[in-house]
Amino acid sequence: MKQIYLDYASTTPVEEGVVKKMTDFMSFDGNFGNPASRSHSFGWKADEAVEEARNNLATLIGCDPREIIWTSGATESDNLAIKGAARFYKNKGNHLVTSKIEHKAVLDPFRQLEDEGFEVTYLEPNSSGEISIEQVAEAVTDKTILVSLMHMNNELGTITDIDAIGELTRSKGIIFHVDAAQSIGKIAINMSSNKIDLLSISAHKFYGPKGVGALFVRRKPRVRLEPLFHGGGHERGFRSGTLATHQIVGLGEAARIAHQQMDDDLRKLENLKRIFWEEVKDIEEIYVNGDSKNKFPGILNISFNFVEGESLIMALKSIAVSSGSACTSASLEPSYVLRALGRKDELAHSSIRFSFGRYTTEKDVRETALLVKSSVERLREISPLWEMYQDGVDLDKIEWA
Amino acid sequence: MAYSQKVVDKFEETLNNPEKASVGRWKPGDEDYHRVGTGIVGAPACGDVMKLQIKCQNIDGKNRIVDARFKTYGCGSAIASSGQLIDMLKGKTLEEAQAISNQEIVDILELPAIKIHCSVLAEEAIHRAIDDFKSLRNND
Repeated sequence: MKQIYLDYASTTPVEEGVVKKMTDFMSFDGNFGNPASRSHSFGWKADEAVEEARNNLATLIGCDPREIIWTSGATESDNLAIKGAARFYKNKGNHLVTSKIEHKAVLDPFRQLEDEGFEVTYLEPNSSGEISIEQVAEAVTDKTILVSLMHMNNELGTITDIDAIGELTRSKGIIFHVDAAQSIGKIAINMSSNKIDLLSISAHKFYGPKGVGALFVRRKPRVRLEPLFHGGGHERGFRSGTLATHQIVGLGEAARIAHQQMDDDLRKLENLKRIFWEEVKDIEEIYVNGDSKNKFPGILNISFNFVEGESLIMALKSIAVSSGSACTSASLEPSYVLRALGRKDELAHSSIRFSFGRYTTEKDVRETALLVKSSVERLREISPLWEMYQDGVDLDKIEWA
Repeated sequence: MAYSQKVVDKFEETLNNPEKASVGRWKPGDEDYHRVGTGIVGAPACGDVMKLQIKCQNIDGKNRIVDARFKTYGCGSAIASSGQLIDMLKGKTLEEAQAISNQEIVDILELPAIKIHCSVLAEEAIHRAIDDFKSLRNND
């Protein structure tokens, strides 16, 4: 059975051209050298390729190439930025600010820092999934040394006003880290005009390979970090370890393509989302999660009330999507992001994230929408909650066993 | 979700032909409703709710389950577990039905460890339905 992939927020396929470039940097006949080898052409050629990739990424985000540190992915970038900055500047203060809807790769380092004696404020989003500059302004104190917020939420597609928040943090001398794993290569960002100090990047979210990412570290004003890895002093001492040339080349090529295609990609996603929504919007009792004005069109998160998300995914077996349902997570907890929006647990259990991308076609979204409609209908037919709702029973008033 | 083919089959059977899979309900006012016991277990906030109804008939002095219907809100294995339970109930006396253990459902469907609670829910559902049926008798 042909599968339709609508889980681009989870990961993206690598562009064919990117794969080709990567394979040129591995074998004996290729360019396999260690970019840190200064004594022969093998090293020089590899170094050249790494620097070209750095330039491509710098062009994509509008920064100086020297501000880019290669890492193994956004999780490492988040860890390096958050733990690195907090530990380096700990003598300036012990207060940190983040939000409740961050990725685990941000929340977990903060938990670790709490164990080390830091105090963390976790901002709560509004019901649309937005964190406002006013909340940040209210949360920071003269002890605050770091604010960390995501650019685009991975479950909802909501976008934080990082430019405005950057102005605020800069005026107060607070380091501002942004987890941009979901947004880079998809929506524009310009590091030369914003006041973000640290920015986490992941290649596999924009048609590059898995296992490689980057951290932007601002030079002016200079941001310092305590490294996580100690060793050969690669990447200006921020991240020791032999550079993964083929991975970095892949990221660089994906960045080059993303820079060229971003506007077209965005227009295409707007269109796909519009078509999909037109088809499903009349289904009774559905709720869009993260219904914000400032939102990425490639992610649409919908709760189908009275239908459990995992069973809907099973019914949609030819469609690859993800759910905030507890049943799809190892922890048996429903999505903490949806709960943070104040959604009832049952709506979190009933949520499906559809995420579209470069290879999604209009036919894909039309087919999916039809299948969603019929599957929701069929699952509701076997749902006791739907039956009660149809009978006019108020489900909130029932004492559940 | 790494389900066994048995869970997948049972789930799809139920979804594709709900009537054959005994999805449905008896409502107050239906003929024989006085012979129906209902058990509702689980909670929407936990992600699964099972509603089981058994229709009983006194045959040779013993109450037997002559028919059963269900509706389930929950993950694929909760729906499959309900369907499996229904298959096991029909024709059983109340004592036999009371003795069904969740482990039987786990074994038949090869439920993964993280989904065992679905079978527990099914066991609770039949206990509730039997209790409900018995309380109806007492009210006669």
